[in-house]
Amino acid sequence: MANVFVWAEHFNGKLVQASREALGLGSTLGDVTALVFGKGMDEVVKEAFAYGAKRVIKADDATLADFRAEPYTALLSKVVKDNNPDFVLAAATVRGREVMGGASADLDAGILSDVTDLKVEGGKLVATRAVYSGKVISTEAYIGSGPQFATIRNRAFKALAPDTSRSGEVSSVAPVLSEDQIATKQVSFEESVGQVNLSDAAIIVSGGRGVGGPDGFKPVRELAAVLGGAVGASRATVDAGWIPYAHQVGQTGKVVSPDLYIACGISGAIQHQAGMRTSKTIVAINKDGEAPIFKLARYGVVHDLFEFLPELTKAFKERLGK
Amino acid sequence: MHVVVVTKSTPDTAAKVTVDASGKPTWTEAMVINPWDEYAVTEAVLLKEVHKGQATILTVGTEEHSEALKQGLAIGLDQAARVWDDALVGADSLLYAKAVAAAIQKVGNADLVIFGKEFADLGSDVHVYQVARKLGYAVLGSVSKILEIDFAGKTIKVERMLEQGKQIVTSKLPAVIAVLKDINEPKYPSFIGIRKAAKAEIPVWSLADLGLDAGTRQTQVSAYTNPPKIEGEVEIIEGASAAEKAAKLADKLIEAKVI
Ligand SMILES: Cc1cc2nc3c(=O)[nH]c(=O)nc-3n(C[C@H](O)[C@H](O)[C@H](O)COP(=O)(O)OP(=O)(O)OC[C@H]3O[C@@H](n4cnc5c(N)ncnc54)[C@H](O)[C@@H]3O)c2cc1C
Ligand SMILES: Nc1ncnc2c1ncn2[C@@H]1O[C@H](COP(=O)(O)O)[C@@H](O)[C@H]1O
Repeated sequence: MANVFVWAEHFNGKLVQASREALGLGSTLGDVTALVFGKGMDEVVKEAFAYGAKRVIKADDATLADFRAEPYTALLSKVVKDNNPDFVLAAATVRGREVMGGASADLDAGILSDVTDLKVEGGKLVATRAVYSGKVISTEAYIGSGPQFATIRNRAFKALAPDTSRSGEVSSVAPVLSEDQIATKQVSFEESVGQVNLSDAAIIVSGGRGVGGPDGFKPVRELAAVLGGAVGASRATVDAGWIPYAHQVGQTGKVVSPDLYIACGISGAIQHQAGMRTSKTIVAINKDGEAPIFKLARYGVVHDLFEFLPELTKAFKERLGK
Repeated sequence: MHVVVVTKSTPDTAAKVTVDASGKPTWTEAMVINPWDEYAVTEAVLLKEVHKGQATILTVGTEEHSEALKQGLAIGLDQAARVWDDALVGADSLLYAKAVAAAIQKVGNADLVIFGKEFADLGSDVHVYQVARKLGYAVLGSVSKILEIDFAGKTIKVERMLEQGKQIVTSKLPAVIAVLKDINEPKYPSFIGIRKAAKAEIPVWSLADLGLDAGTRQTQVSAYTNPPKIEGEVEIIEGASAAEKAAKLADKLIEAKVI
């Protein structure tokens, strides 16, 4: 059995969804040890077992309370060096990229980053990832020696169904850096409330220039709310100041792969496609039947979105009993 | 103040890129500066304007990457250097990052290293974090705003966009940051800037010049392939009214277990 380490990312005392997916992937590759760094980690440790870890290595310390790349990276490097696992996995989130990229450099290890498929061939990781804005698929393989690092794209792999009856051995490690050795300090964290995280969302309803103005996002939000989805946007609407950048999907925004992507009033420019073309099912709503977005879509509706979206929201309300 | 920007040339994001018969990604359009680096270069120019310092732009790559350097110079950076060596063909991110870190050290006295969020062609940003560790600098990715920077006092305060919200962080300098599109409005070169950049002498450093050897590779690209065509044709939902189309679409999505 391969020895798989998964750096378990958490926020507000819960594992982030992408980390549950990393634990799920890890479990298909071998026996998983979850690495849980933070302060007050009992609930996160329980969750790590529930999502597939056989063992947990935990560091519980005030210097690890807020996420900071330096103390987390230094600790990950040390734990990997001391234990020499076969594979080290984490989600390709902002934090995951920093910590995994950093530790791979500390150990002169290679890293396959932001992968959408991962296999083991002859003991080496082989991954596929999207390059050139999703226009080309790259197959990349580990050829070196020592622990093999990989970060995984959100929603590309499945989390296991959580089983709270599972538990295992927990060992503790001490942090590597003391507070005065750490150059960074978190001043504050302003959580975006009431919004579904775009990268984790199973359903995304996006608005483009066709929504006409800031108020035009209202029917988009209403549909997203009924479906329990997140709201996305094209760059045109973000540049116009109709919606914050955090919602932008595409080449210079977020890359998403939800189960369902509903594009409303979006033409489907290649840079927008770069962020959403790997969605499982795409629905396009556009009054111009010639819009390029219809080339990507599974279902298309050629209609004015202001007339159509309220009807679609109503239809789902009736069918989903909301 | 000395700010270093790291860049490369990429095909224009609108370019049609396909894998040819020999297995290489190809396109016919001209290369441009990596789109994310427009924000990095602009931020360096804005810092220069306020703090009256120096800014350098670097690349690791073949001659075509000089175009990105010239773009940076034309927008207002002071000097450029390029690293290239045949031993870098097919480099993995680790070797690439070592070369970048060594070049930054050769230029010397960097207070702040700015990267664009990622390289748009390879979709990669891992080198950013690797470079920071090789330099021993703090790293802050996903920066949407520089709130304060004090080059004399060697501190920076930034806003970062994480998945769950905004983090405000301070760091000591030198530091490495990777910037998002939110950070500024990109500046474009002036005619005079372009003329000046065209005449600039850009040194080329080999791995030996940086005191590096190629070492062993940890990862390699084994194949590039064109993505599978999206299955089937779009099904246009027809109907006499918006309500009728909406009912049909909702039924289809529920039936197909999409919802
Ligand atoms: C370097 C670079 C990076 C970029 N990055 C991104 C990125 O990350 N994300 C991104 O989205 N774009 C990006 N772009 C911009 C991209 O090229 C397009 O300009 C942008 O996606 C267009 O947005 P849109 O589809 O909302 O607007 P438009 O192209 O103007 O399309 C609006 C659509 O709405 C339809 N419409 C209008 N009114 C209605 C109505 N009442 N009902 C129904 N339909 C209606 C129209 O028929 C049209 O098809 C980038 C561009 C560059 C150069
Ligand atoms: N992010 C990166 N990670 C690894 N190697 C890179 C990266 N960016 C550029 N390179 C390498 O740098 C050289 C120049 O890039 P290119 O000309 O685009 O092929 C090539 O050897 C690339 O493989």
